[in-house]
Amino acid sequence: MRRTANYLAPLLLLLLLLAAWELAARWELLADLLKIEPFLIPAPSEIAVSLWEDRALLAENAWVTLREVVGGFLVALLVGTTFAAVLHLSPTLRRAFYPLVVASQTIPIIVIAPIFVIWFGFGIGPILAVIALICFFPIAVNTLDGLGTVDPEQRKLMRSLGAGRRQTFIRLEAPTALPYMLSGAKIAVAVAVIGAVFGEWSGSASGLGHLMLIDNAQLEVPRLFAAMTVLSVMAVGLFGLLAAIEHRFAWWGEPRSRSLT
Amino acid sequence: MRQTVAGPAQAPRATEPASPEVEVELELAGVRHGFGELKVIDRLDLRVGRGETVAVVGPSGCGKSTLLELAAGLSEPRSGRLSVEGVETAAGRLRRSAYMPQRDLLLPWLTAIDNAALAPRLRGLSRERARREAAPLFERLGLDGFQRARPAELSGGMRQRVAFARTLLTGKPLLLLDEPFAALDAITRADLQTWLIDALRAEPRTVLLVTHDVEEALYLADRVLVLSQRPARSLFAEPSPADRAQPRAEAVTDPAFVTARERALLALAGGEWPR
Repeated sequence: MRRTANYLAPLLLLLLLLAAWELAARWELLADLLKIEPFLIPAPSEIAVSLWEDRALLAENAWVTLREVVGGFLVALLVGTTFAAVLHLSPTLRRAFYPLVVASQTIPIIVIAPIFVIWFGFGIGPILAVIALICFFPIAVNTLDGLGTVDPEQRKLMRSLGAGRRQTFIRLEAPTALPYMLSGAKIAVAVAVIGAVFGEWSGSASGLGHLMLIDNAQLEVPRLFAAMTVLSVMAVGLFGLLAAIEHRFAWWGEPRSRSLT
Repeated sequence: MRQTVAGPAQAPRATEPASPEVEVELELAGVRHGFGELKVIDRLDLRVGRGETVAVVGPSGCGKSTLLELAAGLSEPRSGRLSVEGVETAAGRLRRSAYMPQRDLLLPWLTAIDNAALAPRLRGLSRERARREAAPLFERLGLDGFQRARPAELSGGMRQRVAFARTLLTGKPLLLLDEPFAALDAITRADLQTWLIDALRAEPRTVLLVTHDVEEALYLADRVLVLSQRPARSLFAEPSPADRAQPRAEAVTDPAFVTARERALLALAGGEWPR
């Protein structure tokens, strides 16, 4: 019951916005306001038509982007959690690296992407690198924070129960950090698609980002919006998948009232 | 006989085990400890014999928990001697004592039985074998039927029982209990006190118990030690007159028990019993 109610509100809002957009586009209100050609502002119905008619092209490019996103995300997950674990276990390394990692986030990804293309060449390499880089930060920082939330009393208890440093990490710290890590992963996967688009813009012959670039140049506006829609759905889908994983394997991080029911 | 005067002159004698033949499990001699400039424990002497239950009572922040951490081998005292089964090193004390913290600190992702079986699991047993090792005790402690429950599904009293089972399953001879029932309501607390006495009768151990509740101390322990404000010194040390063969309600209203409680409370307030 409550699940349907949870979905109902955003769905209704979405329909309302789409209806408003449809009318604004049909009556050329926005085009008049912005003093541009009406065909530059497609109605949702036109986007839907494009989604259907160009489904093969969209699917083909979506598949390319999906593989990039998943690949880059997995690299970031592996590197980010390892990095967090190492920094957690060594306070010296933590002091040395942590400020630099934060500072690295101020480098705009849009600048980094073309450089990666120069370094790694044209192809999937630089795209994976851009996505991994953009995903790394939320995963690493959240995991590190999660490892840091372990109650010192709990650590003492583990020692008294006979746990060594390694066992304390495996049995106490890692499970404590798991929900935090998955929170970071959810943020990461949502921004990963942005990384994929930047990566493809910098150098790629396929993928949704590449398709958008072509559509933009050719003023194929409905297909541009269709590609954007597919990209959003992909991000939301991946986010939902991670939320489901969290619910199944890291439920202790959820608010207590929910885990009780 | 010993319940007449609790003056400083007699206090040291009551820090000894009841009978001189008893083997000493835990021994503190002139233990001092502190953090930075702060002196927390000042020249504390205490000997706890095998199978004895000793309660330490003191005002909040007087260093009771520090005392337990020292005994547990989680830290080293600044000076003085501190040994468990004659072993003085922190690592040795850590291996011989089981510490039960104030909060239950059960791991929310493990079931009740897996929480209780944590120590066997840390010894390297498989989950199944650790569960099998924990099962009989789990039942003896009245936890049967809750094996698969998660900590979030248990009441405060049940969680504390599971935490105690976890402490016992370390298999160590000395139990160090830090205000085990402080977070519980009065009724649950009284229930658990009786329960603990039964549990210790079934699973005899040496116990050093810290509490701020004088009645709890006198009811649960063979001897009670009252500590001063920080830095903690011994103010009062006496055997408890409690008759634990009686139901709790009768044991704690017995005149000898009431007198002992008044005397301990007076000592705790910093007063001296009139001679």
